[in-house]
Amino acid sequence: MYTLDNVSKTYPQSRKTVKALDGVSLEIPAGQMVAIQGPTGGGKSTLLQMLGALDRPSSGSVRLGEQDLATLGDGALGRIRAERIGFVFQNFNLIPTLTALQNVETALAPLGVDGEERRRRSMAALDSVGLGERTGHLPSELSGGQQQRVAIARALVKEPEVLLADEPTGNLDEATRDEIMDLLEGQWIDRTLTLLLVTHDSAVAKRAQRRLRIASGRVTELA
Amino acid sequence: MFFAYLRRELAGRRRQTAIVATGMALAIALVILVNSIAAGVKSAQADVLSSVYGVGTDITISQEPTPPAEGGGGGAGRFDFGADAGDTTDGTTSVSQSRLTADRGTTTFDSSQLDTVTGIADVASAAGTLSLTNSTFSGELPDFAQGNAADGTGRPAAGDAAPQGGADGAGGSSFDVQSFTVLGLDPAADAVGPLSAVTLADGRGLDADDAGADVAVLDRAYATTESIAVGDSIDIGGTSFEVVGLVSSGSADATTASNVYIPLDVAQALSGLDGQLSDIYVQATSSSAIGQVQADLEDALPDATVNTQADLASSVSGSLSTASSLVGTLGFWLSVLVLAAAFGIAILFTISGVTRRTREFGTLKAIGWSNRRIVGQVAGESLVQGAIGGIAGIALGLIGVLVVNLVAPTLSAGAATTAAGPGGGGPGAGARGFGAAATQTASEVALNAPITVGVIAIAVGLAVLGGLLAGAFGGWRASRLRPAEALRSVA
Repeated sequence: MYTLDNVSKTYPQSRKTVKALDGVSLEIPAGQMVAIQGPTGGGKSTLLQMLGALDRPSSGSVRLGEQDLATLGDGALGRIRAERIGFVFQNFNLIPTLTALQNVETALAPLGVDGEERRRRSMAALDSVGLGERTGHLPSELSGGQQQRVAIARALVKEPEVLLADEPTGNLDEATRDEIMDLLEGQWIDRTLTLLLVTHDSAVAKRAQRRLRIASGRVTELA
Repeated sequence: MFFAYLRRELAGRRRQTAIVATGMALAIALVILVNSIAAGVKSAQADVLSSVYGVGTDITISQEPTPPAEGGGGGAGRFDFGADAGDTTDGTTSVSQSRLTADRGTTTFDSSQLDTVTGIADVASAAGTLSLTNSTFSGELPDFAQGNAADGTGRPAAGDAAPQGGADGAGGSSFDVQSFTVLGLDPAADAVGPLSAVTLADGRGLDADDAGADVAVLDRAYATTESIAVGDSIDIGGTSFEVVGLVSSGSADATTASNVYIPLDVAQALSGLDGQLSDIYVQATSSSAIGQVQADLEDALPDATVNTQADLASSVSGSLSTASSLVGTLGFWLSVLVLAAAFGIAILFTISGVTRRTREFGTLKAIGWSNRRIVGQVAGESLVQGAIGGIAGIALGLIGVLVVNLVAPTLSAGAATTAAGPGGGGPGAGARGFGAAATQTASEVALNAPITVGVIAIAVGLAVLGGLLAGAFGGWRASRLRPAEALRSVA
């Protein structure tokens, strides 16, 4: 699925340059559940952005299937994100003025799905995360766990090949964390997704098939 | 998705929507009000001008005033009475003399210039007039023959009684000087000229058969003040004229261009200005031809002063002129300022809104929304905010115009038919007295601010422009957000 070859990413910060990724080479097969751990500032989020086609590396290549994300333009990266990659964020990142259903629909808008089909699929996605009864609620009317479920529904409604989750349980209590992880795991199995999780939480990381540690921009495999 | 998102966003950010729409509404209402009042002022100016120059007059031609010749004083000149002048009764001699002369400050020119004018391309019609002043000197003085000495010296002898008679019965004298304006015009030419805009109040107007006849048409306001009615006679230049009609201007309180109108040939003969004109009124074949006709006239008549309606508008004075200048300058710049402020507020709020929604747009980009879709969303929201402001502004503007029309402020206006010469102004409104140099037609005009489709179109256009500008800036800002940076910055 993913092949990273000697990927580096540097950012200018004040007068110096910060190396967020330093020669990362990595292979992630399709259908794998991978947890990425590491200290704050180690490069976890940067790696996730490279994998998510949100950014390009300063050097090296990031291949998703046959496509090298490092060489694609903004439009092509946007299409890949719209069609092949789902995102789940720590802060849920729902549109505050839209209902749960409309938030899920936003993921289908760039795919040109017509209104009725969009609503039908979004309802089904919300049903699959257990929120079929809350479709008309605004994010502010939902609990943290429910908001993350809406975000997961939004990520999965377009039936992506990859689901990238950045600290998906970071803002949730333990009970809700387990619910969300059960949900993600269930969807990973049902949909044969490639699931990549960035997490600080070892309990969450232990549920993954494979664990990576990233520190100072370098990736190592954890047993 | 677009409309649902747009509706939700505007409803969810009511305060911002209200502030942007209010700013836009105020600016657009002001534009409507200023435009309508400007149209009303322009229309009032046109009314005043048409009462002076007539409907359809595009250009007037006159001659620059020239200084009087050595020893000449212009104006009414001298009134000469012979030794036997006047009627003497009971020791009092009554004298009276009328003179018809060219207006002070007016230079006459040969009427052949009218042929030159009509020969120019795109001149639809032209009419010549002769502006005159009728001055009457009358009074009483004692019969000086009663004091003649028997010795034949002509001087009273010592011990003779004081003269009797005169204005006070004791040898005193009293004199009165009166004047009114007279316009000689071609009675057959009614398409253009001062009488083309007047309303016949009583009797009849001048027609082609009146050429050479001693008939006169009077301004109704002047006739009222002088207690003259149709069928009465009026003395002009020592000749008795029959009053055949009264005319009035369109406005109830306005006067027409002159006090008295008589056939041109009669006016020329009585004033001793045979074959002379003071003004030519010209109508062009179309408004687009006016500029070229003016240029051709200036070439053909290098000594003449050629004025268009735009030049004539500057001759309108009084509070109407003040209003015109206020609307033209203060109103315009105030509108520009408020519009700029409203557009600025809309742009700032939109940009600040985009900044506040960094995470939102970053997330949308992350899930695959294109720049075009996001820019369209921001621009759509701004456009709707502008449209809401536009609708509110149109309503507010219409209410403002309604208030103006209900109040209908009265503006005074005056228009000079000829350039003012030295010693301008004279006693009596509408009358040309001694020292007067120009006909000053006074009017009271109630300001009426019209609403036109054009004004509404301008308002709608401005609302759309404001929305587009704000949307363009906001969209530009949103399009520059890189998804990774946007998500990193809010993280």
